Amino acid sequence: MSEVFTKSMARNIYFGGSVFFFLLFLALTYDTNRDLPNRDNRGAINEQVSLGKRVWEENNCIGCHTLLGEGAYFAPELGNVYTRFGNSTDAIVGFIKSRPAEGIPGRRSMPQFNLSDEELEAVAAFLKYSSEINTANWPPNVQG
Amino acid sequence: MQYQSQAVAKPYFIAAIGLFVGQILFGLIMGLQYVMGDFLFPEIPFNVARMVHTNLLIVWLLFGFMGAAYFLVPEEAERELHSPKLALALFWIFLIAGALTILGYLLVPYAGLAKMTGNHLLPTMGREFLEQPTITKLGIVVVALGFLYNIGVTILAGRKTVVNLVLLTGLVGLAVFFLFAFYNPENLVKDKFYWWWVVHLWVEGVWELILGSILAFVLLKVTGVDREVIEKWLYVIIAMALITGVIGTGHHFYWIGAPEYWQWWGSIFSAMEPIPFFMMTVFAFNMVNRRRREHPNQAAVLWALGTAVMAFLGAGVWGFLHTLAPVNYYTHGTQITAAHGHMAFYGAYVMIVLTIISYAMPILRGQKAGNRSAQVLEMWSFWFMTVSMVFITLFLTGAGILQVWMQRYSDAPMAFMVVQEKIELFYWMREVAGLVFLIGLIMYVWSFFVKGDERVVASAATA
Repeated sequence: MSEVFTKSMARNIYFGGSVFFFLLFLALTYDTNRDLPNRDNRGAINEQVSLGKRVWEENNCIGCHTLLGEGAYFAPELGNVYTRFGNSTDAIVGFIKSRPAEGIPGRRSMPQFNLSDEELEAVAAFLKYSSEINTANWPPNVQG
Repeated sequence: MQYQSQAVAKPYFIAAIGLFVGQILFGLIMGLQYVMGDFLFPEIPFNVARMVHTNLLIVWLLFGFMGAAYFLVPEEAERELHSPKLALALFWIFLIAGALTILGYLLVPYAGLAKMTGNHLLPTMGREFLEQPTITKLGIVVVALGFLYNIGVTILAGRKTVVNLVLLTGLVGLAVFFLFAFYNPENLVKDKFYWWWVVHLWVEGVWELILGSILAFVLLKVTGVDREVIEKWLYVIIAMALITGVIGTGHHFYWIGAPEYWQWWGSIFSAMEPIPFFMMTVFAFNMVNRRRREHPNQAAVLWALGTAVMAFLGAGVWGFLHTLAPVNYYTHGTQITAAHGHMAFYGAYVMIVLTIISYAMPILRGQKAGNRSAQVLEMWSFWFMTVSMVFITLFLTGAGILQVWMQRYSDAPMAFMVVQEKIELFYWMREVAGLVFLIGLIMYVWSFFVKGDERVVASAATA
């Protein structure tokens, strides 16, 4: 780089630039938090949904599935599984419950997690809540 | 070695390489599970293998960063490390805590691990990359604080170079943003929003400061180019990294329930994220071309150039491929993401750690550079690992394009598992490329044990 552009100029761009854009990021975060109540379906969060999120986390569901497109890419997207399963929490419960403990020969299979009925209902309620978050029309279709 | 205390870097580097081997073995298990769904089921289900694969990566990179800091900070500060004993104690704490966590993943069902470690007291588990039990996370904070204290005191009491100050800023940022791992609200949108404050602000933010400073240090040593020039480059690169990368976080906020203006902020700023990586490539080649000495460690020079190129390709180009919101609408959460993740992590962070190990390890073992045969083998391992990673990325990209087409874009979208079976061939080819990577890694490890004529290198060094 030329001699006209000095190290202290470079340093000032670094300090000034990073402070400015970090402050802008904080401002956008503040604005996002003001707007979230209109989008994040928080009205649907009750004790059951909250328990469902815990069940989701404590069985590491994200280790195979995506949720709103984030997670692992080994198993289907679950942000819209409620709609894919015909708007039915019973279908979700039935699916999780019926996984064979020893798997399916030659194929990918979801483990049998031996969840209680309360946990099964809760995780289904959590997935219903997730499907009703305003995600700017993502995913593009019901297949996720 | 200019300072005795630099020696504490050695166990960190050895641990890093050992965990790297483990990471790759679990990667191969997962790759096989993609095509043989029942492989090791139900003993090691995919989610467990993936947790081990990604967590080992994070832990060994952290070992590498810490080893790098213990090696280069004393040399830059021109004084001994504040407390080598503390550094060694933290090494064992981190290694044992890490090993216990990995064993926990493998031996106990995850829900049982959550119960055993009292996850209900402060639930932080079960989120991608942050699967560690809360107690492990607290341990990471303790280790990070002790490490920062040790490094910080050394830097502030010694010569304050730009390399040291940028490295310290990056490491402090790493620790600060990790604290968001403890924030896990029941509101999924907020959970995801702040989860990225750890993940994105690490890998597309403060880690780039760590990457830049390690690269600058190695280039300084192997090229002998004027410090002023290198420091100026370093400032410009990290300035661009933060100017583009912080608001660039927005490319993760498109579809998780955040306001839609993030599609604009995220697209525009993350489209500029390749700039600092491109500058890094220009920087590395420029410095090597303008070198004032022929450093005997040619392998380290190769890694330094390689990391600059591969970081640009993996993080820059493959990141740009799917970062614009209208594209990401179709590619979000597909094999395209996996392709980018593999080459970006390898190019930017794996390779920079291997660069500093390549430069520092011979010195830690009492030579200026490895003998000729060892270096030749190490350079072969570079090409095996790097080329196979390019192929892993290309095969995953192929899989991803087909997946997007069949599952997302077509008029008659097909179900996820139907599509997975149709793109199986690409997963097989990825697995083969993964095996070649393993061969490269074995060669890499082997290169540390190759004996040769040490005197040739020694005389070349004085020439």
